[in-house]
Amino acid sequence: MKTFALAGNPNCGKTTLFNALTGATAHVGNWPGVTVDKREGVYKNGSVKISVVDLPGIYSLSPYTPEEVIARNFILDECPDGIINIVDATNLERNLYLTTQLLEIDVPVIVALNMMDEVEKSGDKINVKSLENALGVPVVPISALKGSGIRQLMERAAAMSSERKGVTVLEKALSAQIETACAYYREEKTASPLFHAVKLLEGDEIELERKGAAETFKKASGGEDLEAVIADERYKYISSEVSSIKIKAKRETMTRSDKIDKVLTHKIWAIPLFIVVLFFIFHLTFSENLFYLNGFTNEQAWMPSLVDLGLAAEEEGEVIYNNFGVELLAVLYDGAVYSPGVILTNFLNLFLNHISDGVVSLMESGGAAEWSAGLVGDGILGGIFAVLGFLPQILVLFMFFSVMEDSGYMARVAFVLDRIFRRFGLSGRAFMPMIMGFGCSVPAAINTRTLADEKERTATIRVIPFFSCGAKLPILTACGGALCAMAGMTNVDVITMGMYLLGIISAIVCVLLMRNTTLKGETPPFIMELPVYRFPKFKNLMLHLWDKTKHFVKKAFTIIFASTVIIWLFSHISWNWQYVADEEMNKSVLASLGMLVQPIFTPIGFGAQLGEYGWVFAVAAITGLVAKENVIATFATLAACISSMGAHVGNINIPDAIAGIEGIEEVAAMVSATGISGAGIIAFIAFNMTTIPCFAACATAKAELAKGKFKWTLLFWLASSYVISAMVYTVGEWWWTLFIWLAVIGATVTLIVLKNKGVLDITALFKRKHNKED
Amino acid sequence: MIKLLSDFSIGESGKIKTVTGEGKIRRRLLDMGVTPGAELIMKKKAPLGDPVEITIRGYELTLRKSEAACVAVEL
Repeated sequence: MKTFALAGNPNCGKTTLFNALTGATAHVGNWPGVTVDKREGVYKNGSVKISVVDLPGIYSLSPYTPEEVIARNFILDECPDGIINIVDATNLERNLYLTTQLLEIDVPVIVALNMMDEVEKSGDKINVKSLENALGVPVVPISALKGSGIRQLMERAAAMSSERKGVTVLEKALSAQIETACAYYREEKTASPLFHAVKLLEGDEIELERKGAAETFKKASGGEDLEAVIADERYKYISSEVSSIKIKAKRETMTRSDKIDKVLTHKIWAIPLFIVVLFFIFHLTFSENLFYLNGFTNEQAWMPSLVDLGLAAEEEGEVIYNNFGVELLAVLYDGAVYSPGVILTNFLNLFLNHISDGVVSLMESGGAAEWSAGLVGDGILGGIFAVLGFLPQILVLFMFFSVMEDSGYMARVAFVLDRIFRRFGLSGRAFMPMIMGFGCSVPAAINTRTLADEKERTATIRVIPFFSCGAKLPILTACGGALCAMAGMTNVDVITMGMYLLGIISAIVCVLLMRNTTLKGETPPFIMELPVYRFPKFKNLMLHLWDKTKHFVKKAFTIIFASTVIIWLFSHISWNWQYVADEEMNKSVLASLGMLVQPIFTPIGFGAQLGEYGWVFAVAAITGLVAKENVIATFATLAACISSMGAHVGNINIPDAIAGIEGIEEVAAMVSATGISGAGIIAFIAFNMTTIPCFAACATAKAELAKGKFKWTLLFWLASSYVISAMVYTVGEWWWTLFIWLAVIGATVTLIVLKNKGVLDITALFKRKHNKED
Repeated sequence: MIKLLSDFSIGESGKIKTVTGEGKIRRRLLDMGVTPGAELIMKKKAPLGDPVEITIRGYELTLRKSEAACVAVEL
């Protein structure tokens, strides 16, 4: 089977073409460089099957970003049978710049002229035949979005001869220099000597590393700076060709994109507008009180709950609905109108609870042993369903971010925010992976490949977990909900937003700290395309969400399934391998492990001060290291256990409006059993938010970070989470400790500033001591 | 008259004369089509005055003022 590489600029529809060719469910974004993974697929609609490899979106083959290096190495080292070069016909000039470089490699090339429908709609005309003659390779007009021209493209690609000699458009201007450099590579027996020769003349870092290359470079260039000359010659050639093959229609001076930009990047309104957009995204996903229809405070609340309306009754803290219709109504409304994210969550949970109840009652009526019904009901189903219950909100959040990304707004956000990010030693580009962190740390860490600077990447990867991901959300809502219940409030989203803010502030502080100490360096450049606004495609959006769902469900049924079963077993087995009933859980392996580490958590509010049942928080924090979904799932398992042990779990009355939150009852049970303070709960959230992320995120971070950086990253996470939650706890409990913290922060900042100014030389101090000892 | 791109006000246009700058920045500018002879228009500035947006070779490019200072333009 032949293998073709798919190469092209970012935002030229490459991922859409890849999806159309292979039927793969890859994500399509508008942000330059969303595709950073190497993805493969097989095109099956032709007479012969063709394997297609999707290369990252690149503007050039110079080794400027990791993506350019990935693409270059693949084409040169893996020797594909051909390259499908996708070119955005609405922006020929810049797109053909890459084409002129690809043509220099000894590999067959076919050009897919994408977005031809848009060109025709604007009234422009492109003479495809002339372009084909000029480039000397096949050119096929296509529309990746509509799927037109794809069959012809692949037919001609399959029919291409398997060999092609590289040609260059620089022949006229630099023939002597190229010949000298080429001779060197031919002597070295390098494949594609022409490509390497031109790169050498550009003063390319990778080429100059070769033995004897520097001498050849000097000889060929004669000390002249050819870098600008070569880029200039390429563009000159393209401009002259384009002017003859593209006929432009008369155009309005203001395009649609310009008009949208006038609002979204407005001098005054851009930043407030962005904040409003973020607020709506979070409100529509998490709010239990849509658009504050039910007032802003408890006193203003006027909507009656279902119990007030006589449609449901409350018995022993549990709400019994009159009939199934009312139960369905409760999905949308109960004392307040819910947001779409909450409605979807409620709906899924309604469904899952019925399954869980059905299975357990079936087992009990079938005469199953008490422990096996417990294992299935509380351990297995309880754990998995608790995790699945988070899926709707994660998806809704993801949908909003995908729309922002696909439409091109995300690039504008980077443009607007770059000035702010630069203060922290990052570029506006770092914003993208960070905001993706709100969805999941794994794709966020992978997305840092768009950052050219190694130190910026390291700093970004380290703080990504602070941007609280979808899986940490339940910790926020459930713990925040329990806190609300303690204080008699109903607005959980205020607490949720506050915790998100705490994470963002921690990230900023940590980045500043790192960029001034261990990861010092110049602020990386910010030279970026602002893509044309496009309406997000429903199909691409759904494919992306489906991808996320699959990933999440798979995770729920593998890692999380295994860990919930293990936790259940550990909590029901004693050290001498005896089954421990729920009532005697304090004798279990898990409890004794929790009690052992409990004192470590004392300074951060959920350690020894919690007494008899305090170990549950320690255990939840530990299980959270596997996957953050486990924290609440663990609570769910343990709540049932400690209540049968005789702990007072019903001290907190949960208002109806927030009773629907996943996990809130379990956390409330923990709170009343342990008597943890409000500050302790917030510190617990803060700890889980900023500590070592889940297994999957750790594995990704390890793969993305430079060698040897991962162990320091782990240490960084542990240290930062401990300090942050200690600060939250002590200040929350005893407000005057704020001054101690401020003094410590002040001293640290002074030390760092003094050291960076060279006034204080710590290494010299150490050396002097050392010398004395000698 | 030659003026640095960083000193441009909105709506000004011209033809690029020279592109300077440290290795990586210059390489990137050249790759993105900011080459001597290319024509550009200063489109707008970000709300905080920096970075700026220019139209060049038929597309929108954003760069910081410090990077724009590497580009000398003939009005």
